[in-house]
Amino acid sequence: MKDLSVYANYRDVVVGAAIDLAKEHPDVVFLDADLSSCIGSTAFQKEFPDRFFNCGIAEANMAGVAAGMASAGLTPFIHSFACFASRRDYDQLFISVGYTHQVVHVIGSDPGIVAQYNGGTHMPFEDIALFRQIPGFNIIEPSDATSLYSLTQQLYDAKKASYIRTPRKGISFRYTADDTIELGKAKVLRDGSDVTIVATGVIMVDTALAAADALAAEGIKAAVIDLHTIRPLDTQTIESYAQHTGHVVVCENGRYPGGTGEMIARHLAMTYPVKMDFMCVGDEFGQVGSLAYLKSAYGFTPEILADKVRKLLH
Amino acid sequence: MLDASTLAMLKKEALDARIKTIECISSFGSGHIGGSMSIIETLVYLYYVEMKIRSDEPDWKERDRLVLSKGHSGPALYAVLAKKGYFPVSELMTLNQGGTKLPSHVDMLKTPGIDFTAGSLGQGFSAALGIAAAQRLQGYSGSYTYAIVGDGESQEGQIWEAAECAGAWGVDNLIAFTDVNGQQLDGYTEDIIPMHHLKERYETFGFDAYAINGHDFNAIADAVASAKKVKGKPHMIILNTIKSYGYIPGEGVKSNHSMSINEETKKSSIEALIKREEAGE
Repeated sequence: MKDLSVYANYRDVVVGAAIDLAKEHPDVVFLDADLSSCIGSTAFQKEFPDRFFNCGIAEANMAGVAAGMASAGLTPFIHSFACFASRRDYDQLFISVGYTHQVVHVIGSDPGIVAQYNGGTHMPFEDIALFRQIPGFNIIEPSDATSLYSLTQQLYDAKKASYIRTPRKGISFRYTADDTIELGKAKVLRDGSDVTIVATGVIMVDTALAAADALAAEGIKAAVIDLHTIRPLDTQTIESYAQHTGHVVVCENGRYPGGTGEMIARHLAMTYPVKMDFMCVGDEFGQVGSLAYLKSAYGFTPEILADKVRKLLH
Repeated sequence: MLDASTLAMLKKEALDARIKTIECISSFGSGHIGGSMSIIETLVYLYYVEMKIRSDEPDWKERDRLVLSKGHSGPALYAVLAKKGYFPVSELMTLNQGGTKLPSHVDMLKTPGIDFTAGSLGQGFSAALGIAAAQRLQGYSGSYTYAIVGDGESQEGQIWEAAECAGAWGVDNLIAFTDVNGQQLDGYTEDIIPMHHLKERYETFGFDAYAINGHDFNAIADAVASAKKVKGKPHMIILNTIKSYGYIPGEGVKSNHSMSINEETKKSSIEALIKREEAGE
């Protein structure tokens, strides 16, 4: 696998994965909506000027253009902030991409509270639910640079439309080149017998691991699962750990209705019902603030997660 | 200017396409007759004269493509595609039946010869732009993408997003038409959201634009020929048309967007159309 230490931020990783795919596959193109300097797709433009298209601040048209390109044999990656990548072009993604079975890869950057100082207008908690309504879309929210790079490449090979939910800034390496990251196969980061914490994305996986540490000090053994692929759901791992631990908490940087937690609850209700709880946003909009402030405001902290587990076990 | 024999052939095919469109919609009992009838000449001209296509190889990569962005006018396109051999003419009688290849709104996954799905208005124009841009990138320099947009459809903001983008990118293998039949579902565009100065609007957006009589084959042929000579700009041909033209019971009727056509009306309207054509009116 490629040496990913060349990348300084998640945005470099996702764009770098697209560039590497483009080197190998002449059908790969990149479309942006006036946010190329935010995601760093300028690097793609530099490498492949003829295969980069800045569509301006017009996400609906960008999604439609991408669908047309896909129908003619190209494989477009399109980017905007997650709020716009999901909401501003939703009918276009639903009809022109989803309904027509076109393969378009949608990168939604800075989802949920990661939007921070762009505030409530830019803070999508509903994007996972929206993409779950479009039949056929793969949905990923990787928790580190290695899985982000690997899964982006695997999405190309899957030949289905996809949604890539990722922060732009910062970088962490949870996995090494030796770890197997497989689209649709959840990664068990920590085994445990009392409760299973299923988490999606960088913030939630970090929070889950920190909570598991705190719980371990009290003798509570929490398993932690990195659900890097939200769709297709790894039902086998989820079911197996539900049976193994009898309690499940799902953590997502998103709103409950239609989200990851609801999806897992539905599956377990039909297969192996267990006591569950959820760390997510309720019936609320986003707001402005630092990441630390927002984690506290929405209850996305290891302390609150550990508390949820304690209550669930009693 | 078309030669006399080509013009005669096109007029004959247009009459046939109109009859087949009426029969297709009548087979279901009702449908979007108005906007189907107003684009017959454009479709017949493109498929019989202009487009580089292979009906026995609908997915031929280097083909010209057509996106019917006003996707509800599917029956008109089906009538032409069936006659061109994309599927049996008998299938025209399956419109909107369960399991049909012919839904009233065009669907690329169901119908051979349909190059892109449309129905949610405004979306097809963007798709056409994407296809045209892809043709350029893939080096199919002689390939064109045609798009047909409605005047009512042009109230959708996405039409103008696509227009500004096409103009900015100078996608000159995109040849679009706007069917200005002056009517939409609720009535006359003039009474709802008027679509004035469309030619000038498109010129402002960087298009090479024309305004013609959309029922005049010579005007359509001349506009397309002129468009192909202009490099560096996308093209918009404004078609001034009559909604329901050729389905006489719908002509001049306010609510002719979708109409019921029973067996009796089908027969009488086709007879009246043939009679009018023979009289050269």
